[in-house]
Amino acid sequence: MDEPREGKLRWMPAVFLAAGLAVSFAIPQYNLLNQYVQLIIMYAGINIILALSLNLINGYMGEFSVGHAGFMSVGAYIASFLTVRIFPPGAETLLFPVAVTAGGIGAALLGLVVAIPSFRTRGDYLAIVTLAFVMIVKSALENIDAVGGARGFLGMNKMTTLPWVFLWTVLTVWIIRNFIYSNYGRGVLSIREDEIASSLMSVNTRQVKLLTFTVSAFFAGVAGALFAHVLQFINPRMFDIIKSTDMLVMVYLGGVGSIAGSILGASVFTILLEVLRPLEAWRMVLMPLVLVLLMLFRPRGIMGLREMALFVPSSDKSNSAGKVKQA
Amino acid sequence: MTQLRAERVTHYFGGLCAVSDFNLELERGALMGIIGPNGAGKTTVFNIITGVYRATEGSIYFDGDEIIGKTPDRIVAMGISRTFQNIRLFNELSVLDNIRIAHYAGSRYNPFEALLRIGRYKAEERRIREHSYELLALFNMDVLASTTARNLPYGQQRRLEIVRALATGPSLLLLDEPAAGMNPREVDQLTDFIRWIRRTFNLTIILIEHQMRLAMAVCERLMVLDFGAVIAEGPPKVIQTHPLVLEAYLGEKVPV
Repeated sequence: MDEPREGKLRWMPAVFLAAGLAVSFAIPQYNLLNQYVQLIIMYAGINIILALSLNLINGYMGEFSVGHAGFMSVGAYIASFLTVRIFPPGAETLLFPVAVTAGGIGAALLGLVVAIPSFRTRGDYLAIVTLAFVMIVKSALENIDAVGGARGFLGMNKMTTLPWVFLWTVLTVWIIRNFIYSNYGRGVLSIREDEIASSLMSVNTRQVKLLTFTVSAFFAGVAGALFAHVLQFINPRMFDIIKSTDMLVMVYLGGVGSIAGSILGASVFTILLEVLRPLEAWRMVLMPLVLVLLMLFRPRGIMGLREMALFVPSSDKSNSAGKVKQA
Repeated sequence: MTQLRAERVTHYFGGLCAVSDFNLELERGALMGIIGPNGAGKTTVFNIITGVYRATEGSIYFDGDEIIGKTPDRIVAMGISRTFQNIRLFNELSVLDNIRIAHYAGSRYNPFEALLRIGRYKAEERRIREHSYELLALFNMDVLASTTARNLPYGQQRRLEIVRALATGPSLLLLDEPAAGMNPREVDQLTDFIRWIRRTFNLTIILIEHQMRLAMAVCERLMVLDFGAVIAEGPPKVIQTHPLVLEAYLGEKVPV
């Protein structure tokens, strides 16, 4: 029931972190994988962050947001504007983590704004609100000349590297896991299960919703900032409802309410998109078809409401946000 | 000492008057029953006291503080907890999580401590966990801690709802039809059970009941609601033979 783990297992996360970091440094340094594969790995990492972020609201809280493209774009624009226009030349590589964090914070503030309608509406109605939010952000960006308007914004250096993607992905997993296995996270789950009963069991549902939208939007913003510094060019059209749909596919493919599911869904989605590239237009037929089949046969996704033991804190092993599937 | 006082509470759903001019004075430690036919407004009274509905008119004071207008979570934190007529557990979560969620207001760490697992987080989580296990053990449910709530048998689900309500640390407990779906033998056990939790947790209890059997056996005082209005009030013996109550339950006496 309690914390002290066997000596060996206790060092596992640190070892994993060090090894992962070493590998992510070594790959570009010694060209262990070609540029194309490296790029795919970076996109996979960014997509994992996005899927985790969206899963917090659509999976764990049981709401339905299609607004994450909006949060992502805000993060992308803020970070890009900082690295290109504000930071002194030469120092922008050093200050890159600051730019990414700032992008996340900007998105988180907007998350607060979107959380307020969620006090009164749920389900379909909240989905419409977030849909409107995406449109508002997109047209606002199209009309701000300082960031290039509809033409887009460029001039970013390729500062997103494998080690950065690795670090941010691990940080996202860790923080979202901490959140879920806390009082606040249990509040999130109880809102999904029965919102009225939740507030009658002393959960401050407004506080929980504000917090969840803030954390979720923060990481969507971080993903946007990383994305902008891989692609080195962004425009408002990249962050329309289609982008949100991609995130939904990742979450519902991998599994709602599951960290392992988000990682799986995002990775499979990213790889599948590349593997199917030779099919050209047919790719866009095949992907939705996969989704239809999934909804028919496994509506909660591959890992729906189940978690790998790896992502459950040791103090919480016996029970959790669903059944723990021993990995 | 008066713990709960309701003054002229009236509630409308559109044009329908669900509760009209409801007055109540409840002593600390009392065990009171609210009975009445279907649709009499019993559950509405509970929903008003716990903040689910905001009464159209009137005031309710709990330990001297007005509670109408407060959100449900604030009211629970003040010490009023409840169960539901049709069980409303967090079905997909474990028994332990159901209990831990009820500790939300009582926990003392902030979001930053939770996200980074620093400060008071660990000690508080341990306290919440241990308190939850103690409560479950008291009701012989600790072995079920990791069972998913929906997989519990019906009787255990009812029991878990009561444990969950107690986990919020109430001084006033509202039980909404606790005997629903129970057979006569189980109802007799429930009588002892209710008396036992009152003693053990030092509670004031209001009980909504459909079955006269339980209400008569366990309550010291009864209040009868019909069409949203209180038609009679007093000790069970008096209520049992009260003409208005008989009329409400059995219909008007037809002159032969």
